[in-house]
Amino acid sequence: MSFVEYSEFIQEGDVAIIFMGHGSMLPVKVEQGAQTQTRYGVIRHSTDLIGRPFGSKVTCSKGGWVYVLHPTPELWTLNLPHRTQILYTTDIANITMMLELKPGSVVCESGTGSGSLSHAILRTIAPSGHLYTVEFHQQRAEKAAEEFREHKVGHLVTTLNQDVCKEGFGVTGVADAVFLDIPSPWEAIGHAKTAMKRQGGRISSFSPCIEQVQRTCAALAEQGFGEICTLEVLLRVYDVRPVSIALPDLGDEDPLQAGLDTPGEGGAPATPDANAAITLRTAMPPRDMAGHTGYLTFATKSPV
Amino acid sequence: MANNVDDSTDEQCTIKEGDCVVLKRGDVFKAAQVQKNRKVIFEKKWFFLDNAVGELYGTSFEVASGGTLQPRKPKHAESIAEVKEAGIDNRNIVDDGRSQKLTRDDIETLKGQGLKGQDIVQQLVENSSSFRDKTEFAQEKYIKKKKKKYENTVMVLKPSTRILAQMYHGREPGKICYLRYDSLALMLTLGNVHAGSKLIVFETCAGLVLGAVMERMGGQGSVIQMYPGGGPARGATDSFGFPEHFLRTLHDFPLCKVQALLAGRLSLEAQEPDAPPLPKPQGRSLESGGVDPAPEGMEMEMEKERERESETEERERRREDKAQERKMKMEEKRKKLLAAAALLQPRNADGLVIASRLHPCPVLLGLLKFLAPSRPFVVYCQYREPLIECYTKLKQQGGAINLQLSETWLRHYQVLPNRTHPVLLMSGGGGYLLSGTKVLADPPESTPPQRSEEPSPKRIKLQETDG
Repeated sequence: MSFVEYSEFIQEGDVAIIFMGHGSMLPVKVEQGAQTQTRYGVIRHSTDLIGRPFGSKVTCSKGGWVYVLHPTPELWTLNLPHRTQILYTTDIANITMMLELKPGSVVCESGTGSGSLSHAILRTIAPSGHLYTVEFHQQRAEKAAEEFREHKVGHLVTTLNQDVCKEGFGVTGVADAVFLDIPSPWEAIGHAKTAMKRQGGRISSFSPCIEQVQRTCAALAEQGFGEICTLEVLLRVYDVRPVSIALPDLGDEDPLQAGLDTPGEGGAPATPDANAAITLRTAMPPRDMAGHTGYLTFATKSPV
Repeated sequence: MANNVDDSTDEQCTIKEGDCVVLKRGDVFKAAQVQKNRKVIFEKKWFFLDNAVGELYGTSFEVASGGTLQPRKPKHAESIAEVKEAGIDNRNIVDDGRSQKLTRDDIETLKGQGLKGQDIVQQLVENSSSFRDKTEFAQEKYIKKKKKKYENTVMVLKPSTRILAQMYHGREPGKICYLRYDSLALMLTLGNVHAGSKLIVFETCAGLVLGAVMERMGGQGSVIQMYPGGGPARGATDSFGFPEHFLRTLHDFPLCKVQALLAGRLSLEAQEPDAPPLPKPQGRSLESGGVDPAPEGMEMEMEKERERESETEERERRREDKAQERKMKMEEKRKKLLAAAALLQPRNADGLVIASRLHPCPVLLGLLKFLAPSRPFVVYCQYREPLIECYTKLKQQGGAINLQLSETWLRHYQVLPNRTHPVLLMSGGGGYLLSGTKVLADPPESTPPQRSEEPSPKRIKLQETDG
């Protein structure tokens, strides 16, 4: 198992995602002799996981079933330990495409945070690209580096513990793309430009507040970046379910007919359809949904 | 080392003759190919791309007289001679259509004199009686608008998913089933498309989705394009300008043979009644497919041909040549089909991406069988109802979890000092996505011994309906 390459069977040392249904998941590190408690009972790694194919159904000690999945950056985003706010798949997808990432791309990123975006970047730029990720919080930087190694992507990434606004990315003229998710991105635009290739490249910044976006756009324009574009993208997930809609009773269309049906002294009118309803399958939007994550600003560095 | 990297990058970043490029002016894109002496018409302007050769991608060019391009250096942002006066609000501005003193003819004359866009805008400003009364913001907006109209610049870009997806969405959304670029972005991510994997793609989006997938795979791994009707459509794929080795990872397989392949009765000769009997019809296992050299049988046939042709007359030979050529083509086609079938047969694909105008349900249920367990699939549809059907069917038959029916909402912003707000027009919808993960449908045959108690029926039911 690796986050950039699929394998068929679960092995010792792998990360596996235990899927328990209803969006409930649990990442586990597979170890000979270890056990994992779930609400359906115990999963014994040696018998229930190791040697089984990913995607298998596993029966826990209390009887319930779970599925064991191969990790992907997307599953990881849903399951990773939060050390910071993280970027979610919808934003990540757009960042990846708008930065034009592909196998071989060299990318600079700051901050590393909990590594949600980092894993997605690594998946896309593998096997020949490289990620330089800069995090000013020492513990977070160390933890991220450790996770990259565990996920077998350590060779694709350089983790630096420094302040990108003061010290930059530690590289010059190598990056195809730069991504900023820091409180004051406008202070790092100069460093980003330095890190980028002479032939140009793409830059992106994620900021929750519009004031940050304004300052960032001003800094980008000042540093000569073109194609500056700010957008916001939201995901609406639908709940697919059958709904039953009662049909209203408007009385009978033909009064004569009605008269015939209900003769005499005010007996309840014969309405066989009193409880009539139709059932249909629909997709319901959620009552609440994420209405804002952050603004994404993109720009292009022209060749010089 | 740094220099080496620079050189190879320079090579890739330089516009060459024959390259597929994308032209950009404002927010409008157009795909083109760089050919000497070939007139390109874009946004009512015509020009030649000859001078772009040798320049770096991302360079802006000024269209000079005679349609020649002149590179325009980035720090060329000379502003219109700064205006000192500005109004406070628009209470005194009356729209009587008389504030501009220059007539259409005057402007045409200026253009005829070879004045640059920049200078024409300057003239327009100077000859507008109301310009000075406009607010600073309105002045900026006026200049921006006029610049857009009169400036003759065009940017030459290297094709990418970002650019082509936006281009198609802007110009010909019908050709790509109204697939908006953010939906495409999400498909690539939810499908975990990456180098070295084996992807199945079924699309009727002019080959845009296929191209996007191939870009993300970087020519490593394999892509099997399933196609409806006579052959795969790849107009947009061609616009990516992929190198030759990318195309070697691309296979195609007709949708109409999926059932046959699934049932194990894919007969490769049956489809071509006039095909010659093959030297070793079923000798080779499908598994060994791939790109193998011409089989020996073919070689022998050709030998025989050669012997015979010496004895026969010219006309006869020609006819046989033609037949031979057709035979070769047929054989080529059969081999390609065989190779694609060999990739599908083990049913271990790493991803499935569907985006078509056809009903997705039969396609999804059929192609899902070629996917390995614990691999993602993603289906795009312009409409929601077919995906509701897919969702319901998958829930009923099992074998797929993590099902999600979704839609994205996309809004662009104007960001200017004190004038930041959403762009007035936004896309009303970018289509719907159904994504999920395939799993093994049944628990393994050999039940581990320690499972003494049976799962309670209630729990089983609960698990079955989970998604």
